[in-house]
Amino acid sequence: MDRRQRLQRHRQRADQRRLRFLALSLLLAAGTALPQDSRKSGYEFMSRETQAMQNDDVTGPAVLYLLDGEALWKRRAGASDRSCADCHAAGLKGAAARYPTLHHGKLVNLEQRINACRTGQQKAAALPYESKELLALTAYVGRQSRGLPIQVETTGEHASYFEAGKRTFFRRQGQLNLACAQCHDDNAGRKLAGSTIPEAHPTGYPIYRLEWQGMGSLHRRFRNCLTGVRAENYALGSPEFVELELYLMWRARGMRIETPAVRP
Amino acid sequence: MARVVVSVPPSAKKGEVIEIRTLASHPMETGFRHTTTGELIPRDIITTLVCTYNGAEIFRAALHPAVSANPLVTFNTVATESGTLEFKWTGDNGYSVTASAPISVV
Repeated sequence: MDRRQRLQRHRQRADQRRLRFLALSLLLAAGTALPQDSRKSGYEFMSRETQAMQNDDVTGPAVLYLLDGEALWKRRAGASDRSCADCHAAGLKGAAARYPTLHHGKLVNLEQRINACRTGQQKAAALPYESKELLALTAYVGRQSRGLPIQVETTGEHASYFEAGKRTFFRRQGQLNLACAQCHDDNAGRKLAGSTIPEAHPTGYPIYRLEWQGMGSLHRRFRNCLTGVRAENYALGSPEFVELELYLMWRARGMRIETPAVRP
Repeated sequence: MARVVVSVPPSAKKGEVIEIRTLASHPMETGFRHTTTGELIPRDIITTLVCTYNGAEIFRAALHPAVSANPLVTFNTVATESGTLEFKWTGDNGYSVTASAPISVV
């Protein structure tokens, strides 16, 4: 066999492989939405060592933020000179499992709700989105809901926001022309380069992410993904992101809150 | 916020091997990274952690730029007598934090 024939054979085989891969992809794409009972939190895709970091409630890395959050919770702030603890003496158990939800006719997530309390009740300045303080306080509030099932409202006045979030999840975006669903529904559990693609259930936000060497919000994570597909990004706390957050929380309905989670 | 956490078993049997876990809040900036405009971000790391048991040094660690942010240092020692374990972290830019934990040995 001369060189040209060999090349020809090689090309044919490559084409066959590509066809087989395409057929398999189409098959997988046919069953889009994940069946509810087999859903997995990102926790289950992690190595045992990373899971141990999340399980460590005394010297886990997120503990530092929880302690800061606790201090902020008890610190008086603003013109009202009241702390979170002054009003919410019994804590906010379950709050993190219910957000995003409507507040004064506007869809807000937990971070924004905390800031609404700061500006409205405490008469203090809002904490900047993604600031260490807001992350710590959100983690502290989220921690109080650990183990509770996620249950967000999606009907009635919430329906239009929910539908918008759902559209975002299935809309192809960016130069790579990928929708969230193509990775996180169709190819979850498979590899993207060296990393396992998780199912994108926001069960543990804000998370301590090893790659970030610190705590970050769900919206920061969204921005990572959108940068990855080379799409134009939304701002942290933007309505589009909050709508997407609502859709993802519905998608993770019934799953347990893990806040603050550790992710690789 | 220069926050540290230490985990020492509150009580132990004499001669028992105990595990000590320490966690310090620190960015551990390596000194090798640049900003988007090309300026070098100066090094800012914890350089040493020393643990003393009733005044006697039982553990010392030198930390380097490759250590991750918020370093967790875990080590073992033998519980010899009741008293106090003292921890001291020192680092760049005058970073210095101390913590202590009591232990009762029976």
